[in-house]
Amino acid sequence: MTKMIPMKERGKRQQRAIRQQPVEERIHNFNEVPLGYTKEDAIYEAQRCLQCESPTCKDGCPAEVNIPEFIKKIVEEDFFGAYFELLKTNSLPAVCGRVCPQENQCYKTCVWNKAGKPVAVGRLERFIADWAREHNVHEESPKVKRKNKRVAIVGSGPAGLICAADLAKLGYDVTIFEALPKPGGVLIYGIPEFRLPKAIVEYEVNEIKRLGVTIVTNFVVGLTRRVDELAEEFDAIFLANGAGAPRFMGIPGENLNDVYSANEFLTRSNLMKAYRFPEYDTPIKVGKKVAVIGAGNVSMDSARTALRLGAEEVHIVYRRTRKEAPAREEEIAHAEEEGIIFDFLTLPTRVFGDEKGNITGVECIRMRLGKPDESGRRRPVPIEGTNFIMKVDMFIDAIGTSANPIVARSATGVQTNKWGYFVTDEKTCATTRAGIFAGGDIVRGAATVISALGDGKRAAKAIDDYLSSGGSLKENRQ
Amino acid sequence: MYEILRREKWQDVLYSMWLKAPHIARAAQPGQFVILMTDEKGERIPLTIADIDREEGWIQIVFQIVGKTTTKLAQMNEGDELYAFVGPLGKPSEIDKYGTVVTIGGGTGIACVYPITKALKEAGNRVITIIGARTKDLIIMEDEMRKASTELLVTTDDGSYVRKGFVTDVLDEVLQREKNVRKVWAVGPAIMMKVICDVTKPYNVETIACLNAVMVDGTGMCGSCRVTVDGETKLTCVDGPEFNGHLVDWPEFLNRLLKYDQQEKQSLEIYNESLEAEG
Ligand SMILES: Cc1cc2nc3c(=O)[nH]c(=O)nc-3n(C[C@H](O)[C@H](O)[C@H](O)COP(=O)(O)OP(=O)(O)OC[C@H]3O[C@@H](n4cnc5c(N)ncnc54)[C@H](O)[C@@H]3O)c2cc1C
Ligand code: FES
Repeated sequence: MTKMIPMKERGKRQQRAIRQQPVEERIHNFNEVPLGYTKEDAIYEAQRCLQCESPTCKDGCPAEVNIPEFIKKIVEEDFFGAYFELLKTNSLPAVCGRVCPQENQCYKTCVWNKAGKPVAVGRLERFIADWAREHNVHEESPKVKRKNKRVAIVGSGPAGLICAADLAKLGYDVTIFEALPKPGGVLIYGIPEFRLPKAIVEYEVNEIKRLGVTIVTNFVVGLTRRVDELAEEFDAIFLANGAGAPRFMGIPGENLNDVYSANEFLTRSNLMKAYRFPEYDTPIKVGKKVAVIGAGNVSMDSARTALRLGAEEVHIVYRRTRKEAPAREEEIAHAEEEGIIFDFLTLPTRVFGDEKGNITGVECIRMRLGKPDESGRRRPVPIEGTNFIMKVDMFIDAIGTSANPIVARSATGVQTNKWGYFVTDEKTCATTRAGIFAGGDIVRGAATVISALGDGKRAAKAIDDYLSSGGSLKENRQ
Repeated sequence: MYEILRREKWQDVLYSMWLKAPHIARAAQPGQFVILMTDEKGERIPLTIADIDREEGWIQIVFQIVGKTTTKLAQMNEGDELYAFVGPLGKPSEIDKYGTVVTIGGGTGIACVYPITKALKEAGNRVITIIGARTKDLIIMEDEMRKASTELLVTTDDGSYVRKGFVTDVLDEVLQREKNVRKVWAVGPAIMMKVICDVTKPYNVETIACLNAVMVDGTGMCGSCRVTVDGETKLTCVDGPEFNGHLVDWPEFLNRLLKYDQQEKQSLEIYNESLEAEG
């Protein structure tokens, strides 16, 4: 068994790098880019953890993972124990270990961060979850007494999945309704294979099903069945339908043929597996020279997908600078390594096309940063007279998403704000209608997997409180 | 899951199927559609709901073989199950008592305009229905249509049945003869709907076109189905599929329909070759 190492030794060590697929290879395939830690890497990295008496890393984790404890188990080579420590609070560890913006969370609050070398919690989390999957380790179905209460969950993204898992562990009868044929939400349709292999998502979803959760796919709440109707059949409802509606810039020419929303481009490629066309039936088109608008994760994913589908030159066009870019640092770095060209301080103003509706170019204008706006970020302002034309034959809008109104329209008494997001109590995720809760992107606007997960957990607690104290939608029919 | 209860081959390339989907039948209204996938590797295609039975819990669809998905679908048999079948999608038709209305179906559009026609007549309208196809064999659901409407007019492009002419020729005659047509519904190939709009424009009769855009999810998530209506971008799958045809940007819509033309052809060719290779 490995041992803790002396404090002095811990101080000398640097963060252990993660093995990666070489750039020349990976830009031609959809295999995962970071290859993960080996056992030796994991132990080496875990040994760096100071096991602080009052650990601050935990404060940075919305899923409240007991970070020092699971890391300690890695040092002790008790991977089994480490896995169950993770599962206590987070049923999606292989996912979170890969896609969480750790630099804003546990890395940021790790004491080693001051020295610029936080413990790589995410990579360790990933290592343990992968180890468990490879060794076929499963969580036991809960031995709790079944409660005679039914909960409906709308949407099977991270918020819905975690809420379902937590409620099932408490003995509730949980059904998730999902519009798409496969559960996982953005994890399945949005985030590409090279960043989050779909087999891993499927595995973690199956683990949640093993807890007794029923997932009904191909079921559009609001159309197949209204929320009001579900309220007659279920004791409580959690709305976690995500912020799935695409946003376009609203500039001329955006309905030309090779203008995609990132949602469409990524859904075709990931969910429908168009990157394997014609083996899979769904087609996708990729230009020679592609412009992707925006600099969030979605934009990096779109750009890197376009590259892998054979684009010769891919630009990320962003009206602010690298510093303001909302993507995870790792995604920006990967995109840069792969040769994606970044056009910062640049704003598209018009898309041009030929008479067949195909794109021939984009007009852009250069920007500079002015005074900070409400978000605290410096507002970009156009510099007059700097218009220029970028010759591209494909344009991907990755400037964010908004609320799809289908679910809200079918839920009487559930209030939304002016952007269509549900109004909820921050602590309990309760909406304005008793017995109906909401969380994840459909409350926050496009946010992160881990914040959706945090909401799902809070909602599960609140639903348990509501039902345990005798509440039920069935009794409060509206 | 979504079992094929009945399958009928109506013509060489024209099929109808009845699928078990009680949850969809329960909610479906005229004008709405479904999206299906034959198998896990399949593409998602939208098809209008031709008929439903809430008690028996089935949905009827009618389709013509045009690409790989419809080819695969046609090869499926009674008892087989679809991988995905989701709906009802889109907004229902605005059924109201208008007075005299005209419904037009071209090709498989005849099946799509059937539930709308039926509902309009049930709502107390005088419904004149025009159905047309390239040739006699492609005229479908004639008896059902006759029952569903007040007056049925049939035409074929080649004159092999009833009369020679396009649905637009018949429509023009109807509009000349009837002074009180309040609304027209057109369902069929995009180009047919566009020409119908051109015909009704001078008569100033509101014309609803049922747009068959290229879709992926069908729930407002991807934007693939966007169309410009009255200068504004709309999503066919959630804001439609029915729009005021006089306000639709037809050239853009027609271009967007061809977006994957080459890929679709390639996909079908490879598939047909693989079938031949298997013998
Ligand atoms: C391309 C991309 C990359 C991203 N990368 C990262 C990243 O690296 N790190 C990170 O932390 N976050 C990332 N995000 C954001 C993150 O994925 C989301 O914040 C998170 O998935 C939100 O979870 P959710 O459960 O609220 O909703 P979603 O994951 O959006 O899931 C909602 C689910 O509800 C379903 N649904 C919607 N409407 C209905 C309906 N009417 N009936 C039934 N079901 C319905 C949807 O189909 C979907 O499955 C990324 C997002 C995208 C799009
Ligand atoms: S088909 Fe995706 S938005 Fe309409």
